[in-house]
Amino acid sequence: MKHTIAVLVENKPGVLARVAGLFRRRGFNIESLTVGTTEKEDLSRMTIVVEGDDKVVEQVIKQLNKLIETIKVSEISESSVERELCLIRVHAPPEKRGEIVELTNIFRARIVDVSRNSFIIEVTGDEDKVSAFIDLMRQYGIKELARTGKVAMVRGNKK
Amino acid sequence: MRAADAIVKALEMEGIEVVFGIPGGAIIEVYDALYDSGIQHITTRHEQGATHAADGYARASGKVGVAFVTSGPGATNTVTGIATAYMDSSPIVVFTGQVPTSMIGNDAFQEADITGITMPVTKHNYLVTDAKDLLHTIKEAFYIASTGRPGPVLVDLPKDVTTADIDFNYPKRVSLPGYKPKLEGHPKQIARAAELIMKAERPVILAGGGVILSNASKELVELAETIPAFVVTTLMGKGSIPETHPLSLGFAGMHGTKYANYALSESDLIIAVGCRFSDRTTGNVAMFAPNAKIIHIDVDPAEIGKNVNVDVPIVGDAKKVLAKLKKAVEYKQRKEWEDRVNDWKRKYPLKYKKEGFKPQYVIERACEIMPDAIVTTEVGQNQMWAAQFFKVKYPRQFITSGGLGTMGFGFPAAMGAQVAFPEKTVIDIAGDGSFFMNIQELATCVNYEIPVKVLVLNNGYLGMVRQWQELFYKERYSATCIGCEKTGFEAIARGFGAIGITVEKPSEVDDALKEAKEIDAPVVIDFRVDYQANVFPMVPPGASLKEIIDEE
Ligand SMILES: Cc1ncc(C[n+]2csc(CCOP(=O)(O)OP(=O)(O)O)c2C)c(N)n1
Ligand SMILES: [Mg+2]
Repeated sequence: MKHTIAVLVENKPGVLARVAGLFRRRGFNIESLTVGTTEKEDLSRMTIVVEGDDKVVEQVIKQLNKLIETIKVSEISESSVERELCLIRVHAPPEKRGEIVELTNIFRARIVDVSRNSFIIEVTGDEDKVSAFIDLMRQYGIKELARTGKVAMVRGNKK
Repeated sequence: MRAADAIVKALEMEGIEVVFGIPGGAIIEVYDALYDSGIQHITTRHEQGATHAADGYARASGKVGVAFVTSGPGATNTVTGIATAYMDSSPIVVFTGQVPTSMIGNDAFQEADITGITMPVTKHNYLVTDAKDLLHTIKEAFYIASTGRPGPVLVDLPKDVTTADIDFNYPKRVSLPGYKPKLEGHPKQIARAAELIMKAERPVILAGGGVILSNASKELVELAETIPAFVVTTLMGKGSIPETHPLSLGFAGMHGTKYANYALSESDLIIAVGCRFSDRTTGNVAMFAPNAKIIHIDVDPAEIGKNVNVDVPIVGDAKKVLAKLKKAVEYKQRKEWEDRVNDWKRKYPLKYKKEGFKPQYVIERACEIMPDAIVTTEVGQNQMWAAQFFKVKYPRQFITSGGLGTMGFGFPAAMGAQVAFPEKTVIDIAGDGSFFMNIQELATCVNYEIPVKVLVLNNGYLGMVRQWQELFYKERYSATCIGCEKTGFEAIARGFGAIGITVEKPSEVDDALKEAKEIDAPVVIDFRVDYQANVFPMVPPGASLKEIIDEE
């Protein structure tokens, strides 16, 4: 099972090494990890996707909490907004360009660079959407691909 | 003020009375500042010795132990000591010199990335890159080391940071938004625990090192007497209840008493306090205490549910939670269970074959002749025999490397304990193999008149490994015969300027121990014991606690 965990940490040197080291040492599997700034300048937010059963995830959360520089750890459940971004350099000979543009539009992706034989396409969305788009692009020949990890946020209360 | 002077002043404000260490280029400034201070410095012969000594000092006294070492090799030499303290949650702060900030990352002379190296074996560590962060870092280091679940903290001090000029304003408080140990225990959980205790017919308390770290022995014994419940300890929990107490069942686990292991196996409720259910204590964890519900009290939430499933988790400080729990329960007679356990106690005492010169005998006699001595151990058979045959009477009396199992720990730890308690008798129950791992500290003991007594159970073997080879590897004694019967420990001791005694037979044991006890100087006794002696009873690897076996 995949679990998404948001970790709020003090923005200090070495924090990423501590978190990465913890995962390695305890044998937890990181599927993806993103780090970035937050609304507060002295805090960073890591979004970590881990693979494991509930017991493993419980340990991950507890061990992350033990790090002195960790402010808050929360598991992000279903009712959340999750996004990834992916850049794809796809082979785009003149006769295929129309098709690719059409697919790009359907996925609300964007062509951000055009050259003689290829496009760079930017796609954002949840994991399934990004994966589906990548799969569709394969038939044209993906020359290069760069995919971020996930960022996520729990949805606000609707009532 | 020079930052180095500020460091020493900060230590004074923390109440530090003694530092163990070895100077060098990168930390020379701090040593220069120490020269004018009232803090005692013990120069050890190896940085591993310094960290174990700081650890032994901490375990014996309950205060934070401190070590100073230089950069590079000085720092890397502390790693085993730090890891040992980490595994047993011992509060030490290690200050390492570092190359100047301008040279970090350039592979400068004696540069080692000690914060990187020690990240997985410290509770927390710091590289101070700006002198203005120095004082609050030191404050945090001591606070983190000594609160919550204690542990080692390392502070790396680049040379230019120690020479900088700073204002001395030592903070009174720390600001650590991510570090707030929960101490009180949730009232609802405590109530649930009390309910389970009142219902239980066969309750057993399992007391770990956390009881000792939290100074909760009094509360533990009071709870045990109130319920009443038998108390089994882990190796690290030895001393949390006097082992002469009628409710004490000694320690459980691989080489624990049979009755402790039986009691855990047959129990219907285990009240675990400050223990982490290590594999050495639980045996095959899938078959651990099959009929018991488990209440687990620990200050570290990550320990709860890590190795065994728990019915009532209570996150909190052992001392506080035990006191609250005691108020929530009442006496209830459980005659049948009491009789059963006492019957096991009578039927299955610890025993050994008495012919020849047995190492167990030495420990039995030491326990008789120096009942109140602080006892440290090395690792191996000596450690297990010490745990089995030295009846511990008070907390912090028994000091051993339980988690990491570090050979070479006992002797420098004894040195640290002796520095904390100059008036007490401090003995290191040692193996011949282990003693060699930090034997150089004999010079330190002689130099500072630290009268530690080393009882070497000289069996000429890496005995514990030999035992496994005998039992599980068809007597193929690969690399375990170290021939220490050829080593003259008596002469070695004399060479260091200490007292050496050789004991060849049981009839000489008492005299040697009594003599050593009276000598106000370091003593090494070379007990030439039978090499064939093995540690029993034993839970074979992979077996459950119930399947504990005796010697044939
Ligand atoms: C630093 C270190 N190296 C290796 C071991 C593995 N080991 C465990 S017990 C043991 C034998 C210890 O020999 P000795 O000190 O003579 O004790 P004995 O078992 O003979 O009493 C060894 C090598 C260890 N625990 N620590
Ligand atoms: Mg030996």
